[in-house]
Parts: sequence; C-alpha cells; structure tokens
Amino acid sequence: MVLAVENGRRMFDYWLTVYKRTWKGTMISSFLLPMLYLAAMGIGLGSFVDSNGTGALGGVSYLQFIAPGLLASTAVQIAVGESTYPVLSGLKWQKFYHSMIATPLRPADVVYGQLAFIAFRVLSSCAVFLVIIALFGGLKSPLAVLGLPVALLVGMAVAGPIAAYATTLENDAGFAMVFRFGVVPAFLFSGAFFPVSQLPNWIEWLAYVSPLWHAVDLCRNLSLGTVNPWLALVNVVYLLAWFIAGTWLAVRGFTKKLVG
Amino acid sequence: MATIAARVVPVPVRLGGGRHIVERNFLLYRRSWVVFLSGFFEPVFYLLSIGIGVAHLVGDFTLSDGTKIAYAAFVAPAMLASSAMNGAIFDSTYNIFFRMKYAKLYDSMLATPLRPWDVATGEITWALLRGAIYSAMFVLVMLIMGLVSSWWALLALPASVLIGFAFAGAGMALTTFMRSWQDFEFVQLAIMPMFLFSATFYPVETYPGVIRWLVEITPLYQGVVLERAFTTGTVGWFLVVHALYLAALGTLGMYVASRRLGKLLLK
Repeated sequence: MVLAVENGRRMFDYWLTVYKRTWKGTMISSFLLPMLYLAAMGIGLGSFVDSNGTGALGGVSYLQFIAPGLLASTAVQIAVGESTYPVLSGLKWQKFYHSMIATPLRPADVVYGQLAFIAFRVLSSCAVFLVIIALFGGLKSPLAVLGLPVALLVGMAVAGPIAAYATTLENDAGFAMVFRFGVVPAFLFSGAFFPVSQLPNWIEWLAYVSPLWHAVDLCRNLSLGTVNPWLALVNVVYLLAWFIAGTWLAVRGFTKKLVG
Repeated sequence: MATIAARVVPVPVRLGGGRHIVERNFLLYRRSWVVFLSGFFEPVFYLLSIGIGVAHLVGDFTLSDGTKIAYAAFVAPAMLASSAMNGAIFDSTYNIFFRMKYAKLYDSMLATPLRPWDVATGEITWALLRGAIYSAMFVLVMLIMGLVSSWWALLALPASVLIGFAFAGAGMALTTFMRSWQDFEFVQLAIMPMFLFSATFYPVETYPGVIRWLVEITPLYQGVVLERAFTTGTVGWFLVVHALYLAALGTLGMYVASRRLGKLLLK
C-alpha cells in the first residue's frame, strides 16, 4: 500500500511536469467553453425558458437549473479527454508507459499516477468553473460547494473504464465511438439541460444508468438545497462502484498490455 | 476525350487531378465506414435533446415577423447548418494537418503530376460529398419528425453543401498556417462560440446592438439564416446575399490554401 502510494506519487509528479509545459493549450477547452455554454444556454436560452414559466423546473431560474449540470458534464469531458488520447499515445505512439515500467514502477502504479493527474485536472478546472458559476449567479445554496467533490467523483468514475478501453485499441477510431455514442449523448440526455422525466421511458432508464445523471442529480440537489440523504447515498455509491470497477479494469488492461 | 473536356470547362469545374484524391479518400473510408456513419448521429442527438427536451421548457417561439413556430422547428435548421460547419471544419483542419505534417501525404502526392490546386480542390470536394450525405440524412430526419413546413426545404441540402464549402475552404486555408496541435485550440475557440451564439438556439434579435452586429457577420449565421428560411418557407431575395457571402469565403479559402500548399511543399 505504502509502495503503491509512493510510486503513484512519482508518476503524478511526471504528469505534473508535463502539464507545466502544456497547460496553456488546455485553457480554452477547460474554462472558456463551459463558460460559453453557461452564457448561451443559461442566460440566452434561459430568458426564453424563464418567460415561459419555470413550473417544470420547480420554480428555479434556468441558469440555476443547468449550472450544476454543466459542472458535472465538464468534469466528465475533461476526464474522458485525459483518459483517451494520452493513454493511447503512451501505449502506442510514444510508448512512454513502456519506459516507465522498465523502472521499479509496476503497471498499477502507472494507472494510479495517471488517475491522480486526471483527478488534478478535473478538480482544478471544476473549481474555476464553480467560481465562474457563482459570479454568474448560478448557485442557490452554499451547499453547492460540495458539487466539487461530486464532480471529481464522476470524473474518476468515467476515467477508469475509458482508460481500460483505451488499452484494448489499435488506433484512435474507437474514441470517435466513445465520444459520439457515449460522451455526447450522456451530455445531452443526462438531465443537464432538462429533467429526464420528459424523456420517453426507455431513454429515461438509460439516463439512470449513466454515471453522469447521478452526478448531475446530486450536484443540482446540493446547489438548490433539495438533498434527499438516501437518494444522495445511492448516487455516491453508484459512482464509487464505477470508480472502483473502472480502476480495476484499467489496472488489468495496463498489465496485460505492458507485461502480458 | 476526358482531357479535352477538362480543358474546355470553366475553372470552377476544373476538378482535374482532384478526383484522384476523392477516390483515395473513398477507398480509405470504405474500411472504416462505421466511423463514417457515426458522424451523422451527433446533430440528431442535439436535435432530440434541445429540440424536444428543452422545447418542453421553452414552449412555442414567435419569430420577428409574428409567425409562431415550434421550438424544434426553430432549432433543427440551425443544427443542420452547424453540422455542415463541424463536418467541414473537422475534415479540413485536423485531417488535413495530420496528412500534411505527419503522414506527409501531400509531399508524395505532389511528387506525382498532381498540383497544389488539385490537392486543395480534391480534399474540399471530398469534404463536401461527405457533408452532403450527412445533411441529406438529417433533412430526412427533420421530415420524419414533421419539422419541415415548405417545399423550399429541397434547397436545404444544396445550402448545407454551400456552408460546407465556405468552412472547408476557410479551414483548409487556416490549416496551412498552423504550427502544432496546440493551434487547434483556436479553431475550437472560433467554432464553439459560433455554434452557441449564431442564432442557433434563440433569435438574433435577443442580442443588443454591437453584439448582434458581431453575430450577423459570422459565416455560421449566414448559413443558419439560409437553412431556416428554406425549412420554414420564409424565403426572400435577401438570401442571395447570404449565399454569396458563403461562396466568396469558400473560394477565397480554396485559393489561399492552394497557394500556401504550393509554397509550403514545393519549395
């Protein structure tokens, strides 16, 4: 355990060093794009939603309704971005993982370090986004701050399985599928923009399977101050299950690819 | 015979060697047709989510001329225009950059009788063919969902090809100036705000003075106006201006791209 933490820390240190050189390139997609979504949908479209009556949203403004949803979606998008191309690049194109395990690091350490860096990316981007939301007036209750750990949790819940999937690929064509049939539909149908109860029944159930829905639901209830402790527990446990299973799969995938 | 025909026809149709590039890409995508087809789903997902889910919250829309329109019918043509933009930009920036810098594809092509102009026209023609297939499927979905209210919608497909032409030309010209993948963040920086603010989700009248003017000069806005006019049947002579704007942008882009390709690769 101590060894895993120590080795994972060294791996994290590696990623941080890389990020110090490349962080500028991530500014636009991590900070600016979610902010633009917030402005276009929350304020622009929001003015039409609000003037139509906010009964369907339980009386809150559209901006306050979608802001927590966008926070959770941003976490997922960053986590997916960091667990697709960088992972395939390390395994296939640049092969830096191979050089890493030529040291005392084990494949599991490589995974832990990678996930720790993804956690750092999700946490830092979402923290800034949360401040932006607050400035826009998108938060209703101080509990909204707890949306940050939830965002981190959902980011980690998707990072593991996708990194595991990346280890099975020969080229990046599979990622197009992940984005088009996973990330985009999850973003659009996980209740970030409208209550999923408006969806046809079978799509509604698909939404409940998606980890993003659980994060959106939890973030929103925290932000609006309408938390039901039991439901929140279900959300958290479900996301934790994804995180644990995904990490396990990722370790298995890395081990197979690097030493198997 | 074919060569005589190619020499006689006027410049815009002078595809010439470009057809070989179209053929090459066709052969390439035959092997990954699932990826090819999947490109169609993204705008449909947006349409279903915003046009149906959010539509419940928004209710019906009243346009500036007083006509009432379902929100889905308002958003759908904008999604059509945006997906034409996205497809063209993706093909003409990321793909071209990869082929130019990493696969060194154009170096080898230019070692044959192909000229830079052939490369530019060939790649853009391919992007347009691909976009036209997606757009045709999307118009079909609109028709099935009952979001088309005029026969003018027949022109929605050529209009989306025109939008694709404008963005493919501009995108390819810009790509010849890119230094590394980091520069593609600027592509995102241009595309995303256009997608969100070009009267796509709500009417342009929502914006105050200067911002509205800024929106109105973006190429995507021109495309959205065209598509919305055709699918809702509110057609007028003013559309010619929007179409000319897009045609001019595409032509200029294609010209710059072929000049730059020659400069970069034939030194």
